[in-house]
Amino acid sequence: MTIKDPAGGLSQGASPGSRVVTDRPKMFPTMGTIIEHIPQSTQSGLSGHQPTRTIPGLFEAHEDNVVFATVQGLFNWARSRSPWPLGYGLACCAIEMFAAAASHHDLARFGAEVFRSSPRQADVMIVAGTVTHKMAPRLRRLYEQMPEPKWVISMGQCANSGGEFWDSYSTLQGVDTVVPVDVYVPGCPPRPEALVEGILKLREKIFKGG
Amino acid sequence: MTEGQPFVDIQTPQGVEDELVTEELILNLGPQHPSTHGVLRLVLRLHGERIVECLPVMGYLHRGLEKIYENRTYEGGIRYADQADYVAVMLNEWAYALATEACAEIEVPRRAEFLRTIVGELSRASAHLVWLGAYLDLGASTPFLWCFRDREQILDMFEEICGSRFNHNYFRPGGLLYDFPPGLLSKLERFLDRWEKNIEEYRELIEGNEIFLERTVGIGVFDAATAIQYGIGGPMLRATGVPHDLRVDRPYSIYPELRTMRPVTAQDGDAFSRYQVRLGEMKLVLALVRECIDKLPGGAVRARVGHVFKAKPNEVYFPIEGAKGEIGYYMISKGGPNPFRAKMRGASFCNLQLLPMLLRGRLVADAVAILGSIDIVLGEVDR
Repeated sequence: MTIKDPAGGLSQGASPGSRVVTDRPKMFPTMGTIIEHIPQSTQSGLSGHQPTRTIPGLFEAHEDNVVFATVQGLFNWARSRSPWPLGYGLACCAIEMFAAAASHHDLARFGAEVFRSSPRQADVMIVAGTVTHKMAPRLRRLYEQMPEPKWVISMGQCANSGGEFWDSYSTLQGVDTVVPVDVYVPGCPPRPEALVEGILKLREKIFKGG
Repeated sequence: MTEGQPFVDIQTPQGVEDELVTEELILNLGPQHPSTHGVLRLVLRLHGERIVECLPVMGYLHRGLEKIYENRTYEGGIRYADQADYVAVMLNEWAYALATEACAEIEVPRRAEFLRTIVGELSRASAHLVWLGAYLDLGASTPFLWCFRDREQILDMFEEICGSRFNHNYFRPGGLLYDFPPGLLSKLERFLDRWEKNIEEYRELIEGNEIFLERTVGIGVFDAATAIQYGIGGPMLRATGVPHDLRVDRPYSIYPELRTMRPVTAQDGDAFSRYQVRLGEMKLVLALVRECIDKLPGGAVRARVGHVFKAKPNEVYFPIEGAKGEIGYYMISKGGPNPFRAKMRGASFCNLQLLPMLLRGRLVADAVAILGSIDIVLGEVDR
């Protein structure tokens, strides 16, 4: 078991049997360190007995129906399985977001069916579309109105980095200039399947405590 | 909106006097709201539930498209044209391509004209499907799913044709980028047969719903004279009974040859009439596309022009019938590879002017129904 963590100390969510992977390029400082879990069958478990089933980071089940879990692990599991998006469709990507929520590519399978209109009730802000200078303060305000824990998915090229409007006088070159972004979904517009993959990546991130 | 205005006499359409005098509330139906169908902000002055005055604030999606056109070639500008009305994508590209071809005096091959009509009408259908699905957020969720189910099939076909579900970048000055792949026309015919039955399903589901009828019949009424005065076009104008359709009155491309083309009108000028017109236009799309498939000639799909061509100095305004009304490009070329100026007339921008007039005296819930029936797309409003 090797732990390489330049941040110092074990990050939240690491447990015996995991290692901290830092060989990914630190392009996006908000992503933090990534923790990979390696299930080890010889692990003796928290109570000294052999667990019958383990979900790393979540729980260990023992004989006689005793389950050990951490509260943080359970919270992360619950939060990752039901990210409620804030419906923040701005432009063309909004239509693809609706298409992802429609029946052909179903977002309800991943718990993200409930698009809340109010930021006070949402977990994930999916910024779908071009953010203009006029809209940017409102975007920041909506982000600040969301309660913790909250995440941001930047959907589409305009939100990722300004996209095709790179030389426009009135667009933000990337939404990460005003809010911290967790997942970037590239595309113009990203296919609904790409948005679904973005939500799945966010799900992994939330599950691991991100 | 002036401050310090005394209490205004409110129109109460049902003739009931509002006896309770309340304090005025300024409500911001802000840029982030599911009912504004995009980033439009409505500042409403309310007396109780009744709207006294409405001030629409737009510009939240202003991306500077017209300035960008000046920095791209004619071919490169097509990609930005399809960002304007982002639900009926091919129609914007068509307008831009037609304006370019008029400026540069390029002749488009016949096969390309027929294919352009097919994809343009399918885009119009897809725009009306998005409108219908999103409009029924007046309380229903089934039509949304049904409309998007059909729209997925149209987008599937677009993906086969040009590689992208929308933001197609398929038109070029002089024709189209690719020909249709083999097998697409039969797939399209099968889709049209299925869709014809689905349109009947929508009609039965929606028109039989009393809540929908209560919320749209007699709501948002304006007459033909008002519409013409404001420069409204498209389904909004045809719902007041005026049979004005640019495909018939100022025909372009091969519309003069299509026998099934006739404007779809309704009589009452309310939100329900606008719904009827758009549903009728979906059926018209079926007829037009079938006729185009029957008459499709062979040949090239693109005229021989250089990759970067210079149009000679010219000034052209070319309007076409977009999904929401008249869209057109006023293009000035000064002999360079880029247009000197490409100004887009956005139909939704003009249609939105009616909103303050239509909302005066109505309830807040009606505001949603009326705004939805105007069918704005913020890309066209703000450009």
